[in-house]
Amino acid sequence: MKPELLIAILLFLILFIKIGKGMSNDRLLVVVQVLLFINLIVGFIANSEGILFGGIYHTNALIILQKNILNLGVLLISLLFTDWFKKSDQLAEFFILMLSALMGMFFLLSSGNLLMFYLSLELASIPVAAMANFDLQKRVSSEAAVKMILTSAFSSGILLFGISLLYGATGTISFAAMPALLTASPLQIMAFIFLFAAFAFKLSIVPFHLWTADVYEGAPTATTAFLSVISKGAFAFAFIDLLFKVFQPLHSVWYNLIMLLSVITMIVGNLFALRQQNIKRFLAFSSIAQVGFILVGISSNSIEGSTSVVYFMLIYIFSNLAAFGVANAIESQSGKALINDYKGLYQTNKFVSWILALALFSLAGIPPTAGFFGKLFLIKAGAGQANYAFISIVALNLVVSLFYYLKIVRAVFMDKNEQPVATVQLTDSAKLGLIICAAGIVFSGLIGWLYSYIQSVV
Amino acid sequence: MNLLLLILIPLATGVAVLLAAKQQAKWIALTGSAVQLLLSLALFASFNKERATGNTAQFLYELQYNWFPSLNISFHLGVDGISIAMIMLTAMVVIAGILVSWNIEKMTKEFFFLLILLSMGAYGFFMSLDLFILFFFLEIAVIPKFLLIGIWGSGKKEYAANKLALLLMFGSALVLVGMLGAYFGTDLKTFDLVTLSKVNIPVNVQKICFPLLFAGFGVFTALFPFHTWVPDGHSSAPTAGSMFLAGISMKLGGYGCLRVATYLMPDGAKEYADIIIVLSSIAILYGAFATMMQKDLKYINAYSSVSHCGFVLLGIGMLTKTAIVGAVMQMVSHGLMTALFFAVIGMIYERTHTRQVDEMGGLLKVTPFISTVLFIVGLCSLGLPGLSGFAAEMTIFVGSWQNTDAFHRIATIAACMSIVVTAVYILRAIGKVAMGPLKASFTGIKDAAWNERLAAIILIAGILAIGLAPFWLSDLVKPGAEIIMQKLSILK
Repeated sequence: MKPELLIAILLFLILFIKIGKGMSNDRLLVVVQVLLFINLIVGFIANSEGILFGGIYHTNALIILQKNILNLGVLLISLLFTDWFKKSDQLAEFFILMLSALMGMFFLLSSGNLLMFYLSLELASIPVAAMANFDLQKRVSSEAAVKMILTSAFSSGILLFGISLLYGATGTISFAAMPALLTASPLQIMAFIFLFAAFAFKLSIVPFHLWTADVYEGAPTATTAFLSVISKGAFAFAFIDLLFKVFQPLHSVWYNLIMLLSVITMIVGNLFALRQQNIKRFLAFSSIAQVGFILVGISSNSIEGSTSVVYFMLIYIFSNLAAFGVANAIESQSGKALINDYKGLYQTNKFVSWILALALFSLAGIPPTAGFFGKLFLIKAGAGQANYAFISIVALNLVVSLFYYLKIVRAVFMDKNEQPVATVQLTDSAKLGLIICAAGIVFSGLIGWLYSYIQSVV
Repeated sequence: MNLLLLILIPLATGVAVLLAAKQQAKWIALTGSAVQLLLSLALFASFNKERATGNTAQFLYELQYNWFPSLNISFHLGVDGISIAMIMLTAMVVIAGILVSWNIEKMTKEFFFLLILLSMGAYGFFMSLDLFILFFFLEIAVIPKFLLIGIWGSGKKEYAANKLALLLMFGSALVLVGMLGAYFGTDLKTFDLVTLSKVNIPVNVQKICFPLLFAGFGVFTALFPFHTWVPDGHSSAPTAGSMFLAGISMKLGGYGCLRVATYLMPDGAKEYADIIIVLSSIAILYGAFATMMQKDLKYINAYSSVSHCGFVLLGIGMLTKTAIVGAVMQMVSHGLMTALFFAVIGMIYERTHTRQVDEMGGLLKVTPFISTVLFIVGLCSLGLPGLSGFAAEMTIFVGSWQNTDAFHRIATIAACMSIVVTAVYILRAIGKVAMGPLKASFTGIKDAAWNERLAAIILIAGILAIGLAPFWLSDLVKPGAEIIMQKLSILK
């Protein structure tokens, strides 16, 4: 329970600060950053494994690692988006919402039965919809929030329906007891499909991805980053845990499903990303394509698969947050968010350009960045099923994705522009965040120990 | 000798270039590449000494470090004669490339950094004995090429950069699938090249994976019909970029076809050898005829590279020892020759500001050094005895002729015919550029500076060393080719 308790304490601390005398944004931000840093450090020490409350809550070394990865992501968000945080009127509320959602994700990862699972899933989703509405004066932001809450509610409905069917078909809500009772009867398969669809909404797997681009574009960049990295990571972790442990008896059902959806997700994500002009929409579709790659790892149904997903998620946090961090810095200072505006960026912003290039190369999977290792290990895990046609399609999708990532690199380094974006003044903490991301992108791949460590806890 | 040095020196040089002041960047790059050249020559000497004392191990100076132990991926380096030939080629092209880029003004530090990074990828690739790191180094080289062409290039540079990056990435994707096939094809579940070579990969896996690997690497070395990036890429790149592309990068593909595809999957190689021969004969003839139509010096050399690299694949496809030795010699010879050709074109362009053959004439009168180099490189390209092109191509033809059936004979004869075409376009081009009346606008131009002279001399030394005494190179390469042939002949 330690990670959840820590977050709860953080929540109360921020709440007290808010209802007490209040603080200026600058000071509050520093306090929150320090608290999150302490939270991250404490997350690594004195961890215990076990089961609580009669099986409702369980934890093990893997879950602790996953929570730590999410903690790291939240800390990076608090560092990277300082530009926007400082301008916000309700900074404390934003962090309270974000931490509530994070707590929901922690419970989600640790949940041991369907009720806890549903409850924590809601806690992890609803605050995010409120976060999407945080650019209060912008209409697109409200629109994003409405779309988010409606799809969220819809997918929750589907999930609840699936849960009740599953309970009806097996007679238990406990994850531990469920595998023995799964016989792949039609009712169980239907229940599973509903559950699957709910996850597909959360992970924006095609064809449940339609909300993604609008929400990503409209929401404040900090929220978008949270959605695309932290939230996606948490749901992917929970999803893989559920599939590999609870629904293992239905493996033959979900293997083909995952493979098919993986290919469709990748192709749709890639094709739509090709045409995007707005950088946030672009990153939204590229993140859909990335989910396709995560599904390749999930399809492996092996320890290697879950290791490579956790490993990829860690790398994805660094790479995607770096890209969003740069996009945010440019947007909040110059108001420019189109890819065309990035033309000639290198002339004025060397540091930011290199970070952006590094992040994009990592997302595209080009060595020596960590993304190369992340993607390759996902593909290798998926190839364990010896399905060459599938792996070939995945490999060719790497080429398509390179095309659109290079489009931005081309704009930044090669295209000429009379009036490139003026030199961006990064705050110290944003600079620190970007450097951490860049270090992560470079070193988390080259250091082979990291992968071995993740495998040892899986 | 520690092979890791050959990767760490370029890495250190690259970092130093980035940290240094703008004026010092080129000196640091030059020092680093000179050290690297000396090191590779020392490697060659000590390798020969080692062999002379009777050490017949397949790979020398092996070192292995467990990188991802749970996935059976290790950082495994080692060299045989073929690798050493390629490493020496790389070192010579790198130093020459840096010398001819002496006057680059735009983003100097980044330029030299990317050149060094590209060379690091090549060194690592030629020494890798693990498919995973081989692939890692292969892909490291893609982005520097993209940026070099896109930022410092000329003409349709963005189009060319994009086309090159995407086609090469496509090749890598094929290699990736083939590589995974080799990994999962045996019970060993390993990427280690030495281990994999000791077992037989199942024939059905080879039949799927060999064409993937060969075509994948083939994209890098202008296998027809994936050669289309070559003319655009080479002609848009800056001088050093073209030199690296043609001199080093295209050789990655040939080396991969030989070391990975043919060596690991001999059954697949036999199955598809005829197709390889047909495709490479097409590339040789098509490249030669396409060159005749070109007016731009860079395009001339780019298309002739397609033709010359066709010989490399032809040699591999012939599956005889002599032809394979010839293929490796052709890789080295073509690497040196084409790098020198691009260097000369760069020098001429810097002075005349044109690359169109028709707009030039009489350069021999004002720039005797450059024009002489142009003659040497042209004669080497058309295969004049005494220069490296003759030695390499002759070996391939002799090796090809060892196959006695009509199909191989016809392919060999067709390939030989291309030499006539080569003579036509080369003599016409260099004749127009160097001889005839001098154009009035070219009267004041200066001959080569010290850096250009040095670059040319280094590359010409290599060409002459192979051309006048080809035996040291063929002896160096032979043991490696023999091992590949042993794997092939077990099947007979």
